[in-house]
Amino acid sequence: MGRIVYGALAPHPPHLVYAENPPQNEPRAECGWETLRWGYERMRRDLADIEYDAIVVLSPHWQTYVGTHFLGVPHFKSLSVDPIFPNLFRYRYELDVDVPLAEAMCAEASKAGLVTKMMRNPDFRVDYGTIVSCHLTDPAWRKPIVSISSQRSTAFYSVEVMQEQMIALGHATRRAIEATDRRVVLLASESLSHRHFVNEGPMPEDMSREHITNHHQYLWDMRLIEQLRSGRTREVVEQMPEFTEQAVSESDSGALTWLLAALDFPSYPAELYGYGTVIGTGNAVMGWAPPTPKEA
Amino acid sequence: MDAVTEEQQTGVVLGVLVPGIPHPLLCPEQNAGWTRLRQAFDAVRDRIRELQPDLLVVYSTMWTSIIGHQIQADPEPTWVHVDELFHDLGSIPYTFRIDAPFAHALKASMEARGLAARTVAYEGFPIDTGSVVALKLLNPDNAVPAVIVSSNMYSDRAETLVVGKACRDAIDAGKRRAVVVVVGTLSNRLFTDWIDPEDDHVHSAKDDEWNRKILEFLGQGRLEDTAQLSREIQRQVRIPKVVSFKPMWWWSAVMGQHNRYKGEVLAYEALFGTGSAVVTLTPDESGVGEKEFDEDDVERFRGDRNVIA
Repeated sequence: MGRIVYGALAPHPPHLVYAENPPQNEPRAECGWETLRWGYERMRRDLADIEYDAIVVLSPHWQTYVGTHFLGVPHFKSLSVDPIFPNLFRYRYELDVDVPLAEAMCAEASKAGLVTKMMRNPDFRVDYGTIVSCHLTDPAWRKPIVSISSQRSTAFYSVEVMQEQMIALGHATRRAIEATDRRVVLLASESLSHRHFVNEGPMPEDMSREHITNHHQYLWDMRLIEQLRSGRTREVVEQMPEFTEQAVSESDSGALTWLLAALDFPSYPAELYGYGTVIGTGNAVMGWAPPTPKEA
Repeated sequence: MDAVTEEQQTGVVLGVLVPGIPHPLLCPEQNAGWTRLRQAFDAVRDRIRELQPDLLVVYSTMWTSIIGHQIQADPEPTWVHVDELFHDLGSIPYTFRIDAPFAHALKASMEARGLAARTVAYEGFPIDTGSVVALKLLNPDNAVPAVIVSSNMYSDRAETLVVGKACRDAIDAGKRRAVVVVVGTLSNRLFTDWIDPEDDHVHSAKDDEWNRKILEFLGQGRLEDTAQLSREIQRQVRIPKVVSFKPMWWWSAVMGQHNRYKGEVLAYEALFGTGSAVVTLTPDESGVGEKEFDEDDVERFRGDRNVIA
């Protein structure tokens, strides 16, 4: 029986890839955002001890206003240029998709009453949120992925409606995985507070300019992190409408709600690997290792 | 500011509003309304050819930016574009002709008015669906060089007005004969489930009523009046994907902030639930004249006020 072996809050600022200088990314950096990059490094170290077959990521930067979409092409090779920070992220990617797993999740979500669609166009460009979160989790791209779009029901309806749908999607994700033989890592690709600066210095990695946009957002970020670190995930879901609105959070994408639902609202603590700001937004790298069936 | 006339050799000689959703490009035959939108695009394409402009300035609400405003400056961007939502409608190969020197001049104009701006010229830069649709249909043979301007996700009225004015500065300083193109819908509520193309309609009667009111204004050439209504339009018929309904602010600012235009609504149809229209505004002295507007004018952007910092 398949299972979720790990779940992570895995934010996707392209700055983190830029600062790592991987061969896939054209721009070069001197340094930058180390607390977050070291956080990802610690997460990768923990993941190295966990056997898994695929990564499933929900990304806010694949925005589908009609239903939830799943990548359904076995292999992609292309160039990803961030539309907002093209000076930082021009990344040549090549990745495999676990299409049967994607189809299983899509079918299970449909069965749960959600609007869904498989993405079958081979010319499709994979969104940079998916690429950044997956790169930082597995820079060698050793495992196939499944990318899930963000269907923007927060904008169209409310956070409450979004959460209802993302909880259903999280449960469907879990059921679909359990019906396969896959051991799966889930990634919620999102920041916490998400108010950006609208200016950038001549050297983007100049850390003397980097800080949270405002104190109010920092307080919200710390509150969320403390709740997640102490296993109070249902509280997080309950306060998500306030958090999303007041921290201008990227949780409007549904990624965190989906992850927590797929993990069945863990009451065990999340590991905080790192917190840092990127162009004013608050970002945490956090992981959950569900107990194995015999431990549970 | 004085209006320019159609006979005038330079300045903004035509303003155009088009939707950026890809159906009129990729599958107009699937719905009679989408066909009419396509025909309207084609009519504007012909009108642009007649006018013989030397520049198209595209302001796309579907290209969001965060670091100020971005301006496409790759002289010949080439890609095969796929829409992130309507990917099953097919791929859109494109090569565009971008006026890079004008893009740089526009950046300088924006900075002169206090705005953050930058040009982008990178292989594979993801030009948004709306800009791709507009340029493919309005300028299919790249006869007219273009620039594309982003829409900052946080900008409100003041910043957007100044962006429009900076575009006008650059057009005037370069003695360019420009057509300006706004890419965006009126009401923007899509259906959230798949529909049969023949069942398409504007999502609600309220959206439809507001769209028709907006088009009544634009048909009378009342662009600045429409721009003054932008906050109310945002409240009434816009899904709040961004903080405000900006296209009319930009459009009015770049065209001179008045109502002296000859307006023509070439099509108004539903596009997957949205209200989508093709409208042209030609500068014309016989417009409805100045109204008393209640929002102040802005010449220079002074930056965010950081009221919550």
